[in-house]
Order: sequence, then structure tokens, then C-alpha cells
Amino acid sequence: MINWAEHLPALQVVVPMLCAPLVVLLHPRGFAWAAATLASLFAFVISISLAAGLLRGQTYQYNMGSWAPPFGIELRVDAFSALMLLIVTGASTITLFAARQSIDQQIEEERQPLFYAAWLLALSGLVGILVAADAFNIFVFMEIAALSSYVLVAGGPDKRALPAVFKYLIMGTIGATFYLIGIGMIYLMTGTLNLADMELKIHEVADQKPVLAAAGFITIGLALKAAVFPLHIWLPNAYTYAPHMVTAFLAACSTKVSLYVLLRLDFFVFQANLSEHDIQFSYFLMPLAVLAMLVASVSAMFEQNLKRMFAYSSVAQVGYIMLGASLVNQAGLTASIIHMFNHALAKGALFLVVASLAMRFSRLRLCDISGAGRQMPWTMAAFVVAGLSLIGVPGTAGFISKWYFISAVLSEGAIGVALAIIIVASSLMAVVYVWRVVETAYFGVPQVGAIKISEAPFSIIIVIWIAALANVYFGLVTDVPVMLGTMATEALMGHLR
Amino acid sequence: MELLGLYHYWVFAVLLMIGFYAVMAKLNLIKKLIGLSMFQAAVFLLYITMSKVDGGTAPIIQNGAENQLFSNPLPQVLILTAIVVGISTTALGLGIVVRIKEEYGSIEEHEILEVDRQ
Repeated sequence: MINWAEHLPALQVVVPMLCAPLVVLLHPRGFAWAAATLASLFAFVISISLAAGLLRGQTYQYNMGSWAPPFGIELRVDAFSALMLLIVTGASTITLFAARQSIDQQIEEERQPLFYAAWLLALSGLVGILVAADAFNIFVFMEIAALSSYVLVAGGPDKRALPAVFKYLIMGTIGATFYLIGIGMIYLMTGTLNLADMELKIHEVADQKPVLAAAGFITIGLALKAAVFPLHIWLPNAYTYAPHMVTAFLAACSTKVSLYVLLRLDFFVFQANLSEHDIQFSYFLMPLAVLAMLVASVSAMFEQNLKRMFAYSSVAQVGYIMLGASLVNQAGLTASIIHMFNHALAKGALFLVVASLAMRFSRLRLCDISGAGRQMPWTMAAFVVAGLSLIGVPGTAGFISKWYFISAVLSEGAIGVALAIIIVASSLMAVVYVWRVVETAYFGVPQVGAIKISEAPFSIIIVIWIAALANVYFGLVTDVPVMLGTMATEALMGHLR
Repeated sequence: MELLGLYHYWVFAVLLMIGFYAVMAKLNLIKKLIGLSMFQAAVFLLYITMSKVDGGTAPIIQNGAENQLFSNPLPQVLILTAIVVGISTTALGLGIVVRIKEEYGSIEEHEILEVDRQ
């Protein structure tokens, strides 16, 4: 009798990956969609059970093929990966449930099974990054996720997606190759690829210079993939021209998974071993984070296209997450990790709303959707809820992370006050761009001669409201993200004291 | 001469920068991809050369020849995987270039931007 619970970390990757080729064979298209959704739902259920197990105090460690680490490949799920798994599989499942009609509109019927297969591969790559405890495995999964997301982004009908995805491919590959160089240098110095083993062996390395260079390569490479300002230039166009549902999926989780790897390596592997790494880390990333929060928010304020507006907003939110991490203390890191979760909720819901608007409106500039609040009341009401969560209004998930951020920076003295002001300023800019959409949607007059627009299909409305209500729920009941976030911080920084 | 003794690092660094330059500076998308391939190939060389042990043979146990000095096989195996990744990236990149040529009628970056602006 096989003990299935033991194999959960591996199954989570294997099931979507094996379902991908099966989905290709499924015709007509409804089956492909159903199979992809089921596989994704299965992964989601596993990640819920993993998170529940971790909250009960269980640990998950899995040796691939029963080869013991550090020589075998190890999978490990701790609180940080469990929280991220919830985000990734949840975003994929929710989006797939809503995706069917929108995908029908955007992608020809015979290509749809291939599209869903690429989706599942992207999912299994992202999940693989999160469960892998081996630096090279992370690279391979990163490339699986990246290659299939290029396919997803380029899959839509908009031809402008092609140059955008080419830029994404070039920059993504450079980022991954930088990461590979860094891992190679560490392997030269330590002879190991297992993260936990690496952490121990770097202690013994006499000459720190190569490790420092490796830390630099890895940080820059992953910052490129995570769209840390000013390395974000691939992101706005890729998100804007991708199929709408792909944007909802990727915006909720793909940059955050790169941030996860960045934080894991910088905090878990390097922080304790390199002298003054904390100072270099925060001096390098804090200015970038602040710039991201201000510059990207300003870009979003003046943007006309809805999707690009929220893409810039994503760059700003990556800035928040980096800001918390660059404080290099427990409060800041906890705030960052909680914000990853809460921002995924808000941004996922917002892009689902945008996808739903896109089913009825042919273009997504602000002037095109004027009057949408009366024509699509349910969709736009969900937009308001998710928008409030993005801003950080009390009672929504966004408020919780803003609260943690403010209390983390205020413990930092004089510079903390300045940072708090920047956080508030950036949130106010979010108020401005969310309000611009609300204003045109509710108080704008529909364009003259426009055809009558009806509400989006029922199935999408349901999913959008689940996402929007999740924003409210996690704003009121904060146990799960806060407990997992605190445990994750403990795992990343606990060994520093 | 230690500097020359580590010549494979120089090869790695120079190839890496040539590739990086091509990616940044060339406007032709195919040339960009060639640059990207060189950039990746340089990293493959870094891995492959690091595993070489002076006088080491292939890591195969033979009768009568135990305790041989052999090169580390692990980085080579790793890089086999990375080569596959590199090939898929290049293939996908070329596929995208073909689609760009179909849609835009050009593979020069500035001409594509020109079309988009209209």
C-alpha cells in the first residue's frame, strides 16, 4: 500500500506535467479545458492540504527516487513554499474556471488543446520552483515555466504580443543564465547544489569573493525575472498584449515566484555566510524598491490602457515586496511575504475583471469602457472591491499587508518615517488610478452609437466574485497568510540570530 | 603565470560579453538570438571546464584500474540539461521571429516599432 500523503510534494508537480501531453490529445475543446481545470484543481487541493499540514506542525521532505540528499534531488515544502503554492495553484485554478469563454473568443478552436497544455506546463514549472530544494532543479523548473509562459503570452490574437514576447524571452533568458552563472560559481566553491547543504558549506569557504560575485549574479538575474525596477521593461507590454486570462494568471503569480527564489537564496543561503551581505542587499534594493513604488505608480496614473495600467501597478507592488525584504528584519520580511499573498488576491481579481470587460468591449482604453458600471454592474462592483484591496482600505486583504509594512518601517527610526511617507504616497497614487477607472465606468457616458453591452457570462461573474470576496475574507480573517508568513520568516531568518 | 593558467575563465568571460553585446546592440532579431546562444554557450563552457581534473580520465570503473583519477561528471550532466533548455529557447525564439516576419514583414527592431506606432 502506497502512502500517498508522503508523495504529495512530488505529485503536485507531476500531475500537471503529465496531464499536459494528455490534454493535447483531447478534442473537442471542452474536454481539454475540463482536463486542464481538473489537473489544476488537483494541484490546488494538494497545496491546501500541504498548507494545512504545515499549520499543524508537519514537515514535508521528499527524496526523488529515494536518493538521499545532498546527492539525490530533494523536494521540500516549508511555510514559505506552501504559501506560494497556494497562490500559484489557486490563481491557476480560479482563472481556468473563468477562462473558457474568454479563451474561446481569443484562440482558435484547433489550437486550444495546445494552449491548455502550455498552461499546465507553466503551472508545473512554477510549482516545481517552489517545491525544489536544489539550486539546479530550480533553474530547470524556472525555464519550463518561462518557456511555456512565452508560448501563453504569444498565444493571443494581438500581433503586438509577438515583439513583446520576444523581449520577454531575451530578458528572461538573460536572467536565467545569470542565475546559472551564480549557481556555477557556488558549485565551484562548495561542490554542492542542495540549498541546505550549500548554506552549511559556504561557511567553510575561505575566499568569499567568488561567493559574493555569485550572490550578485543570482540577485540580478532573479531581479530581472521578477521585474524589479528598472529591470521591468519586458513586463508592461507582455501583460498588455497577452490573452486576458493569461494576464490574470501570470500577474497573480509569475513574478512572485522569482521573488520567492530571490528571497530564499539571499536570506537562507547568503545572509548568514557573507559578511555585510545585509548592508549590500538593502543598499542595493531599497532605492530600487522606492523608485518602483513611485515611478511605476506615476506611469500607471497616466496610462490610458487598462491592462497596461495594472501592469505598471504590478511593478509598483514588486517594489513594496522588495522594500519589506530590504529592511532585512523579521517584521519587514513578514510584511513582504504576506503582501505577496494579498497582492496576488487583489491583482488576480482585477485582471479577471479586465478579462471580463474585454469579452464585451473591443478595446480596453479608459475612454472605451465609459459607462461600463451601468452596463456590467456585477463586474464593475467586483472591480471596486478588488481596487479597494489594491489601495489597502481597511476590511480588505490589501490593508493587512499595508499595516504590516507601515509598522515594519516605523521601527526603523528616521529613515522609516520617510519610507512610511513613500508607502502612503504610493497608495494614494493607487487611489488615483483606481478612481480613474471607477469614474469613467460609473459616471462616464457610453460612447455615441455604441452597441448595447450586456453583463459578462454568469460563470465568469461567479469566479470574479469568489476572487473579490476572498479579498474581503482575507482582510477580516488573517490567520492563514499571517501564520504562514511568520513561519516562513522564521525559516528564512531564524538561523541568523 | 596564474592569469594565463586560468585561461578558460577568460574564454568564458570574453564569449559571455560578446554574446551580451550582440543581444544589447544588434537590432536584427536573428542576430540577437545568435548573441543569446553565445551568451548561453559561454556558461556551458564555464561548467564543463570546471569539472576537468588534470590528468583525470572518464569516470568509469574498470577491472584492474581502480582508484583512477577522474574528472567530475556532474557538471557535464547538468550542462546537458542546460543545453537542452538553450536549444528550446533558441527554437522558440526563432519561431517567434518567423511569426513576427509574417505579421510585420520585417525582423529589424526599429522597423517593428515603426509599424506598432502607426
